[in-house]
Amino acid sequence: MRHLMNPLDFSVEELDTLFELAMDIEKNPEKYADRCAGKKIATCFYEASTRTRLSFEAAMINLGGSVIGFSDANSSSASKGESVSDTIRVISCFADICAMRHPKEGAAMVAASRSSIPVINAGDGGHQHPTQTLTDLLTIRSLKGRLNHFTIGLCGDLKFGRTVHSLINALSRYEDIHFIFISPEELRVPDYIIEMLKEKNIPYEEVIKLEDTIAQLDLLYMTRVQRERFFNEEDYVRLKDFYILDKKKMKAAKEDMLVLHPLPRVNEISVEVDDDPRAVYFKQVQYGMYVRMALILTLLELV
Amino acid sequence: MLNVGKIEEGFVLDHIEAGKSLSLYHHLQLDKLDCTVAIIKNARSNKMGKKDILKVECDINMLDLDILAFIDHNITVNVIKDGEIVDKRELILPREIKNVIHCKNPRCITSIEQELPHIFFLADEEKEIYRCKYCEEKYDSKK
Repeated sequence: MRHLMNPLDFSVEELDTLFELAMDIEKNPEKYADRCAGKKIATCFYEASTRTRLSFEAAMINLGGSVIGFSDANSSSASKGESVSDTIRVISCFADICAMRHPKEGAAMVAASRSSIPVINAGDGGHQHPTQTLTDLLTIRSLKGRLNHFTIGLCGDLKFGRTVHSLINALSRYEDIHFIFISPEELRVPDYIIEMLKEKNIPYEEVIKLEDTIAQLDLLYMTRVQRERFFNEEDYVRLKDFYILDKKKMKAAKEDMLVLHPLPRVNEISVEVDDDPRAVYFKQVQYGMYVRMALILTLLELV
Repeated sequence: MLNVGKIEEGFVLDHIEAGKSLSLYHHLQLDKLDCTVAIIKNARSNKMGKKDILKVECDINMLDLDILAFIDHNITVNVIKDGEIVDKRELILPREIKNVIHCKNPRCITSIEQELPHIFFLADEEKEIYRCKYCEEKYDSKK
């Protein structure tokens, strides 16, 4: 039995197989419509989320399966003080697979270590968010036709942004990737990621201004400064509008640069950018569902 | 000069940084063993000026000394049998440390689930970096 905690849990070859499956699902959805008949996914969300939870649920429904779960900690036994370890043992009796989001880092790993069903980490605090990474990789692979030879700019909250950490880890396994980290001083990429890049001799730069670097990017990954990651409201208010991508900045970008965003977007991408064909963040959501369908099939060994 | 007698079988942990012997006593869980232990604090040392020494009289297979390497790998471990030094043991950093140090990341799952073991893995042997198994936060003894 396999779990997904970290995008690196799957080898590059396994990811290729997963992405091929996701692309086949996109082309031939009817072929997969009953593949999970009689199966249940438990979506255990201890933290608010619409996109990820609904994406998992839609994925399972599209595969002919059904959904149980909870959408915030208050409506679960966690509010009575039940541990993650106990909750997953109980959930294992009801469901065939579990997607878990939790505000604490490492929660899904604890669940996986006690579970008798596959567990998917649907986000653990500021740590990892592997299915968002699979979504990002599938989006890039589908729209660019490859996952190597890129200069990618990651912009915004690079300190607490778990999607960013996961994506850097995942892309670091592909050839000729050049990272440009664009963030205010307070929200720089954590040291363990920098250490990893140095060890692997992967080129990276850290800059503060988006305008200075946008012209050289093949991919721009924007992120939101997340209020829930700050212990101090003042810091959040000071940093939340540090970056705003607008039409003017997009003029300096390459014609085939893609703008990705894990969503929800607040102010960091102006709505005027939405109609630009390079803005692919809503397509990304669609790819997210396909890749979660492929993942559910793979972990349930129904491929 | 204080004199502490020879031991027949066990360990003499020498060159411990002055003042650290009591914390070693706890890390090695010597309080749980029914054996003779001498804690010598602030002994004179040519090399260090002052040092601590721990003498533990026990079966030499009873103690897990890996943790010593994590705490201070300059410690000299003398293995004693029949009253003589029979071996000087090299300290090797343990791959994993369980329930010795605690994760201080307030966002880590261990901060709310008290029953979980605190496990750290050796992330970088050269730089002696340990990371929490759950949240991957680097252990920083100064925090």
